[in-house]
This record gives sequence, structure tokens and C-alpha cells, in this order.
Amino acid sequence: MKISRRQLLILLPAAAVAWESVMAGTPEDAPNYKMTGHWWGMLVDIDKCIGCGNCVRACQTENDVPDGYFRTWVERYHVSDENMTEPEVISPDGGKEGFPVAQQDDKKYFFVPKLCNHCADSPCTQVCPVGATFISPDGVVLVDQTYCLGCAYCVQACPYGCRYIHPEKKVADKCTLCYHRITKGLTTACCEACPTGARQLADLKNPNDPIHAFLKTHSVQVLKPQMATGAKVFYNDLDGSVR
Amino acid sequence: MSVFKDAGHLFRFAGLFVLAFLIFLVVRHYVVPKSFGQYGHYRGDAIGEIARRPVKYAGHETCEGCHSDQADKKKAGKHAHVNCEACHGALAGHADDPSTVTPVLPDTAVLCAQCHRASAAKPKGFPQVDPANHYPGPPCGSCHQPHSPGMDAPKAATGGVK
Repeated sequence: MKISRRQLLILLPAAAVAWESVMAGTPEDAPNYKMTGHWWGMLVDIDKCIGCGNCVRACQTENDVPDGYFRTWVERYHVSDENMTEPEVISPDGGKEGFPVAQQDDKKYFFVPKLCNHCADSPCTQVCPVGATFISPDGVVLVDQTYCLGCAYCVQACPYGCRYIHPEKKVADKCTLCYHRITKGLTTACCEACPTGARQLADLKNPNDPIHAFLKTHSVQVLKPQMATGAKVFYNDLDGSVR
Repeated sequence: MSVFKDAGHLFRFAGLFVLAFLIFLVVRHYVVPKSFGQYGHYRGDAIGEIARRPVKYAGHETCEGCHSDQADKKKAGKHAHVNCEACHGALAGHADDPSTVTPVLPDTAVLCAQCHRASAAKPKGFPQVDPANHYPGPPCGSCHQPHSPGMDAPKAATGGVK
């Protein structure tokens, strides 16, 4: 077969479009969801968190997280104005039932909700020896629990302590950013249950997502930026004492 | 030709090597899942399997589809941005089957304090009360309407005038 230059020029873009749709794929049961069209992250506004524990309870309900294990949890920091390197941090039962009443003293208090940072260059996926944990094309760090050996390399590799070995399944478990919800157009369980809007799901590939306006006008930070993990959970008004 | 005198050994060994490689290819074909490598070094089907997990929080849009009266009341008050299931709990089961799965009405004596119990650790602008000193006894709901918790009529009803 001989293809003229004109025919080739017509065929190439068509082939590119076809290849794109082959590569994009769609998770089952979400026919309108294109993985290449999204890049998920989250915005956490420290100023708005009241430490009620709604997110922790919602996450455990939505994802059947066993008692004593956490895909998300809330920490309460108590920091003196002079010694930023030694904050008092508490997280009783992950903040699930709230926190003890605090009395005002000369130190400052604030809450820090934590969850998987869904890093773009995640250390946990790099160490998996069998390809059981991975970053999905839409930027969510997931675990294939039928493939996981339970070796816990990833649990050690995560600098944020966001993974655990499931006590019954004996495989790695972690926040999925409620992948079964976000692919259906819902927000995550923790964001749905947060009464103050301290947590907001963000689609960084969607130009109309309010995250872009927020990032442009606020000083946001990620946890442990020095580790260059490409963390996608952005914290507004994050204190320097947070580790 | 003395160099190739015992070459037969080498050919037999090479043959074994090729055979072992072919067996490896066949075994790999059956052992490695079909979708492995579809998007990267993992099983592509795993994404769909995770996406198929059941939803437990229906989402406020679903609630508002039926309970528009409550949603309107809430929109006018201070709890406008508090989603239904933040207080009422996960209710996708109720949304799927409203007649058999019926939600339990939350007890305002317990519920409200989860957020509004006064603590120096909370952001200063957030409304807080000490439940032991703020009309102890009756549940919050006896004075405050949880969907529009101000004591006075919501601003939307009075045009901003008390």
C-alpha cells in the first residue's frame, strides 16, 4: 500500500486521537469518567478545622477501616512561640471522637487533618516489589489488594505514615481518595462530612475547579516539601512546626 | 576442526536454554494477568475494581432531591454549608431504599457539642458554647433549629431585619 503525504497527514491526527482514547480508559461502572481528564488532590484549610473528628468517622464508615487504624486522622498541635521544633501533638484515637477541651495558655493551638498526600512522585509506589501499588492515570495512589504480598515495604517508605497492613486481609491499605466516589462525580466521604469546609477535593486538571483561584491567592504548603514527593494535599496556613 | 570437536555439548546446552525460555514465556502468559501493564507496572483492572466499591455517603445533592424543604431551610441559615450527612450520618442505603432504611434522628444534646463545645484549640471565630453553663439540661434542639440554628427568624425571612 502506498500512502501519499496528504493521506499520511490526515491519518496521523486520527490515529493519535484513537490511541489517546485507547490509553485513557475508563474504570468500570463510571462510563462518563475519563482518567486522563483529572489530576486529583485535596485542599486542607487549617484555619477552618475545628477538630470535630467527623472526617475520621466518615472515612471509617465509608471504607470499612478497622478500629485503631486510620486512612485519615486529625492531630492537635500545641506550640510555644519560641520553640517551634518541639510541638506537643496529640491525636487520641485519631481524633475520631474529638479532642479534650483545651484551656487557653501562652501557647497556640491548631488542628491538622492528615491523609495520604497522593504524591505525584510517591516513595511508596516506587518500593513495591510486585506492582501492587501504583499511581492511577488520574493521580490517585491505590493498592491492588489481590496482588499485594503484605511485605510492608510501602508502609515503611511512606514519609507521612499514611499506610498500614490491614489486620484481617494482611495486605497494605490506605486512603483511596474515595476513588469509588470521585469517579462517580461525588466528593470524598471526609469532604462530604466536614462541617466547616476545611477539606476540599481538588481536580488540578479542571480549569474551573476553585482550587486554582485559591492557590493563586493564598500561601499554601505541602507536608515535608524537602522530600520532593510531589504531594498533592495542599495545606493553607500550615505552621512551620507541623511535621 | 578440532575446535568444534565437542561442540555437541554446547548445542545441547543451548537447546535446553531455549526450551527453558519458551517454558518461561508460556508460564508467564498464563500467570501474569491480562491487564498487567495496561497503564503501567500494575494490573489495570485493579482501578475498575476499586472504583466499583459501594458508596455509603449518598452526597448532599442526592438528599436535596427529595428533601428540598429542609435544604431550603438550611440554605437560609448559618448551616448552609454543612452537608446533610455531616450530622445525619452515611445514608446511601436510605437513598437507595427510602421505605425500609429509615435514618435515626440525631440527638441534639450530643450532636451539637461535637462541633460547638468550647475549646481554646478551636479557631477563634467559630461559635462555641460551654454545654455545662449554657442552659444545661434541655437538648440544644429545644431552642435552636439545627437546620437554621439562629435564635431569631433567619435573615432571609425578615430581609435582614431582626
